[in-house]
Amino acid sequence: MSKYETVIGLEVHVELATNTKIFCGCSTEFGAPPNTHTCPICLGHPGVLPVLNRQAVNYAIKAAMALNCQIADESKFDRKNYFYPDLPKAYQISQFDKPIGEHGWIEIEVDGEKKRIGITRVHLEEDAGKLTHDEYDDTSLVDFNRVGVPLIEIVSEPDLRSPQEAKAYLEKLRTIMQYIGVSDVKMEEGSLRCDANISLRPVGATRFGVKTELKNLNSFRNVERALEFEQQRHAEVLDRGEEIEQQTLRWLENENRTKLMRSKEEAHDYRYFPDPDLVKVYIDEAWKEEIRSSIPELPDERKARYIAEYGLSNYDASILTASKKTADFFEQTTSKNVDPKLAANWITSELMGYLNSEGLEIDQIKMTPDHLGEMISLIQKGTISTKLAKKVFKEVLDTGKGPQQIVEEKGWVQISDEGQLKEEVIKVLANNPKSVEDVKNGKNRAIGFLVGQVMKATKGKANPQLVNKLIREQINL
Amino acid sequence: MSLLRLPLKEIHNRLAKRELSATDLVEESLARIAAVDGKVRAFLTVDEEGAREHAKRLDQVDNPVASFGPLAALPAGIKDNICTEGIKTTCASKLLANYQPIYSATVVEKLAKAGAITIGKTNMDEFAMGSSSENSGFYPVHNPWDLTRVPGGSSGGSAAAVAAEEVYFALGSDTGGSIRQPASFCGIVGLKPTYGLVSRYGLVAFASSLDQIGPLTKSVEDAAYVLQAIAGHDPQDSTSANVEIPDYLSQLTGDIRGLRIAVPREMMGEGIEPGVCEQVQKAINQLEKLGAIIEEVSLPHIEYAVAAYYLLSPAEASSNLARFDGVRYGVRKEGENLIDLYMETRSQGFGDEVKSRIMLGTYALSSGYYDAYYLKAQKVRTLIRQDFERLFAKYDVIVGPTTPCVAYKIGENADSPLTMYLKDILTIPVNLAGLPAISVPCGLSEGMPVGLQVIGKAFDESTVLRVAHAFEQVTERLPQPQIGGIRV
Repeated sequence: MSKYETVIGLEVHVELATNTKIFCGCSTEFGAPPNTHTCPICLGHPGVLPVLNRQAVNYAIKAAMALNCQIADESKFDRKNYFYPDLPKAYQISQFDKPIGEHGWIEIEVDGEKKRIGITRVHLEEDAGKLTHDEYDDTSLVDFNRVGVPLIEIVSEPDLRSPQEAKAYLEKLRTIMQYIGVSDVKMEEGSLRCDANISLRPVGATRFGVKTELKNLNSFRNVERALEFEQQRHAEVLDRGEEIEQQTLRWLENENRTKLMRSKEEAHDYRYFPDPDLVKVYIDEAWKEEIRSSIPELPDERKARYIAEYGLSNYDASILTASKKTADFFEQTTSKNVDPKLAANWITSELMGYLNSEGLEIDQIKMTPDHLGEMISLIQKGTISTKLAKKVFKEVLDTGKGPQQIVEEKGWVQISDEGQLKEEVIKVLANNPKSVEDVKNGKNRAIGFLVGQVMKATKGKANPQLVNKLIREQINL
Repeated sequence: MSLLRLPLKEIHNRLAKRELSATDLVEESLARIAAVDGKVRAFLTVDEEGAREHAKRLDQVDNPVASFGPLAALPAGIKDNICTEGIKTTCASKLLANYQPIYSATVVEKLAKAGAITIGKTNMDEFAMGSSSENSGFYPVHNPWDLTRVPGGSSGGSAAAVAAEEVYFALGSDTGGSIRQPASFCGIVGLKPTYGLVSRYGLVAFASSLDQIGPLTKSVEDAAYVLQAIAGHDPQDSTSANVEIPDYLSQLTGDIRGLRIAVPREMMGEGIEPGVCEQVQKAINQLEKLGAIIEEVSLPHIEYAVAAYYLLSPAEASSNLARFDGVRYGVRKEGENLIDLYMETRSQGFGDEVKSRIMLGTYALSSGYYDAYYLKAQKVRTLIRQDFERLFAKYDVIVGPTTPCVAYKIGENADSPLTMYLKDILTIPVNLAGLPAISVPCGLSEGMPVGLQVIGKAFDESTVLRVAHAFEQVTERLPQPQIGGIRV
């Protein structure tokens, strides 16, 4: 469509879910009252020194491994120097030339096509505080609870070719981080943050065009929208024969446009140098092995297994494995001889529909995987029909009661007693001679109507297969 | 005679017999400060109330030395760049004129545990940048031997306070000679431990890879006692070494027979005042008489040490001092906007020497210059370390003068920082190599004290102390300085 090829690279920050901060013992809990999770160390008081949190390193290694990175044998920390009120030491402890991991990749799928996206590096650093600007009295307030929370920065290669790929990449990163349990990866709480670099070049060109950097992309949707906007803007500028200026831009969500933050000339010189307060981190084989063995089955493997073992469709398997919670829910549901395909159907249609409409997460609802498993077992045993099951399903979600209990209390047990059903069938046939005639004349749809009448007469409790069989027997088909 | 001149063993005896109390020692110290510090100006803060209360608590136990150890009840001065909870810690900077730490440095905690009494905070060159204590943001320190001369620096207040008998001992910090040089200028003992032996937690950083806290005392034995109390691994300092701490006192045997001592020719020749050379040569002869084997050697790369040091230390300082922005603590100078606030606070808060070093360091780390300056200096540092390693494969210690000259007049070098920088040539290499070294008095030149420097292998403070102690035992003690005619 376009004469340009879009080139995108993402810098993603992920907050690690350690209990304490990266260089001091303060809590990392989100949402505490401002400046309550602070100490002289994270406040950058004179004379304090950092001590590295080993768990943060463990998580960073785990993340880098899950992204197929090579793990450094020797890693170190550097100071990134700049002044800002949310940065108490006026430098951020980060990693410059010896990151925890390098040369990784992940696979994404867009429109059924798989593609490998390179990961340049994964490095460990500390988060900054949070500034709030009070426009009414023209003051700024700073909350240092977040300062020193461990972060990993994941830098991709410029391998992404569209905003859709960028979004798919980001979603995949989030899924992987969820699976390995190193982060909450909640964009709305800032535990997953994304900056994007975008440039355009003529199709077929090998040299990159001039890039712009986008900041404040605070949701998956905004990542895609901002990149689409910027892609369009670049194309228009280039079409006019003008040049793109290298700039850092801020995405203004409400105005659906980008705004200049700083130009190339205003770019910082961070004066990186090795932090003399910290010692090198040597990651030996034993340490690597310890972390490697703690990595669970990742989404791609899990998806492949669902397709191979359970015969699920690529689509269902993708949906189920896109979130670890959903996949875990699915596996728990099927743990007691429950048909995986049935379970997959119920989760991807009924359950997901409910979650979407209510805006809930799968672990925020009253239904447990055991409930769903029990309900599907009831269907498999013929105790309830699919139609009844939908009522049971809703009842479980509303009350949190077990399906068996609901069925008993409500008397929703399917009637599979032939003698009892035969009476109902005979009555219905007697009351609907025309339909009986139609059936005899080969109109199969009329059978459906008759079955429906029996179901209605039994308040939906009749076993429909059995009713069907009995009607056929009565009409002597 | 001043109680603060008593040998430590005598103080221990009297405390045990209750002939002397902690309160007596504190009152002696406070009285002495009242009498002489108007002239010496060694203190920035004197915590009379805190010291008296602490003394009272110690006096409630039967024998504080038995309960707390050998430093119990001793009045101590703490350099003002070492954090003391609730007591102002200004680093002699106007920017921190009002700063009261909310925590104490590990060394301060350790001294408190050992029963030492903090009398106050000692004056210094602002943020420890300087060699004369003239760069204090408040007032310069005067040398008790001659009030018109500098006491050295940057721990000039600590050295002067001990020399003037205002306290029994003091803590200083040494980044390029800041303990040893003022100890030398003031005729006392100053020990810079191996990098990593004493925790830096709570020491306001100047150059983190070089800074080390150490004692300034009247004798080598006292230095050993203080070191014993403050050395050791600290989980709060990642650069603190996890090594076994020997019993330093038991090493003070006076026996140095057969010890191999190297004297680098670079430290005894050109640029060293003849009077200094003479006293140091006498000291070396004494060591030989004690049975040590003396040989002349070379440290070929030390001529580059000052240059490397004045790139590395300002580079680290430019980053370490960036946190003083007026936002969270210290003296804030308001401005129209954020950048103004930063500029006003730092322009008015920092003194000239600090500002020039921040600029120098910022430049050395700048994109495009990093390789030529910072990285090159790191390579020089490695070469210097290797120079020392080569020597220490063969020798037990290296000796020479601590400084090329005796204490100079206040204001004499004020217009020429470079001249002053170059005078640190004999102490700086030791910091670059991270080694332990002591300065011990070895006579007078022009009526001013001269210091003998003994440099040892990493973590071999024992041998350094043993050599300095053996020398001290056979050397005449310096007289007590007469402070501007004040009777002692």
